[in-house]
Amino acid sequence: MNGLVRRMLGESSLIPIVSIVIGLLLGAVIMLAGNYDPIAAYGSLLTRAFGDMYNLGETIRQITPYIFTGLAVAFAFRSGLFNIGAEGQFIMGAVAAAAVGVLLEMPWYLHIPLALVASALAGGLWGAVVGYLKAARGVHEVITTIMLNWIALHLANYIVRGALLEKGLARSRYIHESAWLSTSGLTELFDNARIHYGILIALALSALFYFVLWKTRQGFEFRAVGFNPDASEYAGINVKSTFVKAMFISGLFAGVGGACEVMGVFHYQTINSAFPGYGLMGIAVALIGRNSAVGVVLGAVLIGVLTYGASGMKFGAGVPEELINVVIALVIFFVAASGLVELLVRRFRNRNRTVH
Amino acid sequence: MQSGTAVEMRGITKRFPGIVANDNIHLQVRKGEIHALLGENGAGKTTLMNILFGLYQPDEGEIFINGRKVEITGPQKAIDLGIGMIHQHFMLVEPYTVLQNIILGAEPRRGILIDYKKALARVLELSDKYGLHVDPHRTIREISVGMQQRVEILKTLYRGADILIFDEPTAVLTPQEIRELMAIMRRLTEEGKTIILITHKLKEIMAIGDRVTIIRRGRVVDCLPVRESSPEELASMMVGRNVSFVVGKKEARPGETILELKDVTACDERGVQVLKGLSLEVRRGEILGIAGVEGNGQQELIEVLTGLRKASSGEILLRGRLIRNESPRRIAESKVGYIPEDRQKRGLVLDFSVGENLVLKNYYEPPYTERCLLRHNRIHAHAASLIGEYDIRTPDERTPARALSGGNQQKVIVAREVAGDPDLLIATQPTRGLDVGAIEFIHRKLIEQRDSGKAVLLYSLELDEIMNLSDRIAVMYEGRIVGILDPRKTDEQEIGLLMSGGRASGGGGSAGHAPGGGAGDHADESGVRA
Amino acid sequence: MAVLQAASELVQTTIVFATALVFAMLGGLVSERSGVVNIALEGMMMAGAFTAAIVTHYLETGAGLGASAPWIGFVCAIVMGALFSLPHAAASITFRADQVVSGVALNLLAAGSTIYVCKILLDGSAQTPTLKNVFSKWAVPLLSDIPYLGQALFIAYPTSYIAFLLVALIWFVLYKTPAGLRLRAVGEHPKAADSVAINVHRVRYAAVMISGALAAMGGATITLTTTSNFSHNTISGQGFIALAALIFGKWKPVAGMFAALFFGIASALKSVFQVYGITNYIPVDFIYMFPYILTVLVLAGFVGRAVAPAAAGKPYRKGER
Repeated sequence: MNGLVRRMLGESSLIPIVSIVIGLLLGAVIMLAGNYDPIAAYGSLLTRAFGDMYNLGETIRQITPYIFTGLAVAFAFRSGLFNIGAEGQFIMGAVAAAAVGVLLEMPWYLHIPLALVASALAGGLWGAVVGYLKAARGVHEVITTIMLNWIALHLANYIVRGALLEKGLARSRYIHESAWLSTSGLTELFDNARIHYGILIALALSALFYFVLWKTRQGFEFRAVGFNPDASEYAGINVKSTFVKAMFISGLFAGVGGACEVMGVFHYQTINSAFPGYGLMGIAVALIGRNSAVGVVLGAVLIGVLTYGASGMKFGAGVPEELINVVIALVIFFVAASGLVELLVRRFRNRNRTVH
Repeated sequence: MQSGTAVEMRGITKRFPGIVANDNIHLQVRKGEIHALLGENGAGKTTLMNILFGLYQPDEGEIFINGRKVEITGPQKAIDLGIGMIHQHFMLVEPYTVLQNIILGAEPRRGILIDYKKALARVLELSDKYGLHVDPHRTIREISVGMQQRVEILKTLYRGADILIFDEPTAVLTPQEIRELMAIMRRLTEEGKTIILITHKLKEIMAIGDRVTIIRRGRVVDCLPVRESSPEELASMMVGRNVSFVVGKKEARPGETILELKDVTACDERGVQVLKGLSLEVRRGEILGIAGVEGNGQQELIEVLTGLRKASSGEILLRGRLIRNESPRRIAESKVGYIPEDRQKRGLVLDFSVGENLVLKNYYEPPYTERCLLRHNRIHAHAASLIGEYDIRTPDERTPARALSGGNQQKVIVAREVAGDPDLLIATQPTRGLDVGAIEFIHRKLIEQRDSGKAVLLYSLELDEIMNLSDRIAVMYEGRIVGILDPRKTDEQEIGLLMSGGRASGGGGSAGHAPGGGAGDHADESGVRA
Repeated sequence: MAVLQAASELVQTTIVFATALVFAMLGGLVSERSGVVNIALEGMMMAGAFTAAIVTHYLETGAGLGASAPWIGFVCAIVMGALFSLPHAAASITFRADQVVSGVALNLLAAGSTIYVCKILLDGSAQTPTLKNVFSKWAVPLLSDIPYLGQALFIAYPTSYIAFLLVALIWFVLYKTPAGLRLRAVGEHPKAADSVAINVHRVRYAAVMISGALAAMGGATITLTTTSNFSHNTISGQGFIALAALIFGKWKPVAGMFAALFFGIASALKSVFQVYGITNYIPVDFIYMFPYILTVLVLAGFVGRAVAPAAAGKPYRKGER
């Protein structure tokens, strides 16, 4: 795991860019094979994403949760951990916010912060469990996060069913308006898109991400352990407790993301039969964004645009929107197999590059 | 013993980036003999044998097996030619049984099944013939290290090896197991096998070797029959009379004892004891050098002192205070500096900047951190002053440590540790892989520390370094201190002898602690004769 | 008597649910035993499920085949599974990518490409039409007549019999043949295997492709016995439960089979509980959660130690000394 982290943090930004280009090109090839027009398709995608205020608003809405889960995965990577559990942490944060939003009543300036704090704690604890198991029992975080994702899915459903249920429907009751993150003013501005202030929270958390990692004493420790746990241990850093703290913060990011989705978009929590997929895309975002705050935001923009705009491909060129999942999967492959990308770049440039 | 050359390697040269591992080496091994390859760590013996076994290709030179020129392109080819290697680090699959490990890759079949009956019969046959007692149905995890080695030997014999290469076979064996191994080797040669023995242990060469080739720094020093030599002569050829980096230093004026170890024991991950009752003292104003061949517990000693490994018993006192089993951070805060041996893995976070590395141990204290926030300007200032003081060649303090040369990386570590004003400075292999200028600098710094009243504990595999810098030399062997020598009154031969388990002969004596039961135990090895 | 009847129905239902898990668990087993982590079982199941559905559909509508259609569909799923696992193999083995990331990508790729191809081939429909020709249960002569037990164990889909036979087969190959000995060696100590001239990369490629084929069989089973079609939620977590079963069974075929059965009970119980109204007492969500919680407990060491193959997850570099 450390090798992956080190490689990602040390490489130039060429790899993600090249991987994205290759992914899009291969997507185009697949479209051609199906007798579709890739240019029309990609064009419609962009039109759909940016074409008018409504779509722009919706695109921003789409991007928002990806920033949160991207930050979660990126933060964990920075500390040398692989957090595939952003999905579960997101859900726990969502249901915590839903619970606060449905069950409690108070003015908005208390309600919203309380919901956010609850979601942060829920997500954080969900992540901390993973960190603890790794530190205390040496269990690899990949498996525990996958399992916890599923546990979270069902646990959240249970909570909704048990305490929050809107009778007769597969969702919770509406959260009180004092806990809404969307306003009519903002919504009207974007022609009734479901845009909400969560985007501002996301950007604020990105700044926090940067701040914690680069400006605080704790951040120093996270980065040191992420780069070289041996040297960190030799220098006196408590590597085990660092793992737990890092997973807590990572889960916190995802949890707040879940809260914003509930408080900003739906205003209720559904009973999910499957994962919404934010955590999965968070991995793509973190990989593309090379685990930096700015990179994550940009990566989230890309993934948000692609996933929202994908429905445009259907209308504009008849291309099924699932193709975009294929494109994103290919991008992840190429970023992960960076050796392959380097090979191609080297051949393309016909120049010698030293690779360490 | 028939004559006839089993292996001849002529003019073998092998280069790696930055080093010539083998430089025009000639080796001639006669059929049926036990031919020893003697040399210090890093001399080039293992590289040479890796070439013979097909793991590397030589840049120049030729190889002849049984008189015929061959190209050994890979291990399979070597195996086909009858060459077998018993690796220093065993290549055994832990959950598998002895039998399974021996036949892996060459399994006898009955239809699509593995014919374990046939395998067992063959293994028992070989086992009897060569006196290699093993328990075929026990797993590797359960058996002793000695038996594991016999499994490795059987692996080669099972594939029809006639030429067996043993790479430091006794490094992990008890004296009893060593005796058994020697008997096995003799039996093998009686049955017509040829053995090449890579080792640095003189006693064993004297006991069992027929001829010995001494390699130093990639070149052959000499090749001669063991009978015609002596441990002293071999030791001096192995270690050599190099150009020593003699550092002018004043007379030591040692003061109070800063560090004291009493009867410290410790175990490794497998539960094997690696420190067996070690006692030591380091005083202010002196450099105590730890000499010894790698693998005799030095690394574990250092780990115990720095809090990275638990000691099972004994006392460790720092300025009179018990510090055994305290955390690395507490120990560092108690004014102990530590220059680790692997600067890239353990000393530095390569992807951190020079400045960040310089505060790696104290970043959390004021003035570098205040109210949980890092004070970058103070870190920069601190870095800038250290870079100047130590002449660290770097574009600026923001450069990642990865970009610095080895010498400058080491300077960063030294600067960091010394800047902490430690009472005790532990330096492990501080000049490994460095150029002359950097080495000189590090040496000067260590002497400086000693002159300003610090205690310095120096562990190095370079005997020259130990001899030049130390005020006293403690020799470690098998987890104990076996002798404490005055560098002015001793020489490489005597040290080399102690390092290899021999007995100090006159001159140089023990200024300080007698090694307790240490010398007595080694009588076993000197008693092993053909 | 009613209890026995209910019990034997439960067993039969369990076997139905568990079969797919057993296939996928075996897939994960083969791959991980060779040292390649495979969290893409879900994706490979999707590939198999979809392939089986679409091929069978075409055969029954286009070629007019009847009962043989699902069999051919099943075989095609196997082939597709092996092919589909190639990107994961190449990325993980040759390009030394992180095996978990590669697995994540493969899952996404499967989710996207199956629906995509479905829409292309079926005029925009996001699911395959319901198949008429699927597997029906076989009754083993004589044995199926045993009261209760016969109904429980000896009336089952052919795929279930294949699954359990495969458990025995894989157990046999793994522990009794040279191929199995070498495979496990590669997963435990690739250097040791390399030193006796075993081609580590080739063994791993083969293992991953077999893994894909097996997992695909699991997916095909679901399509051809239970759902009779493919849609985006045909495979929804079974791949991960299979992974949990693998870990719970400590990477051993027979133990993994029992783990899969155990987890299969959970699904079977769900339907039984809903029928008998027990969901009033135990929330259905906890039944869903059960396999995952158990796995976490196993991993945390509360229920015995789970030790993965020693070299799992680490790319092998030849010649690293």
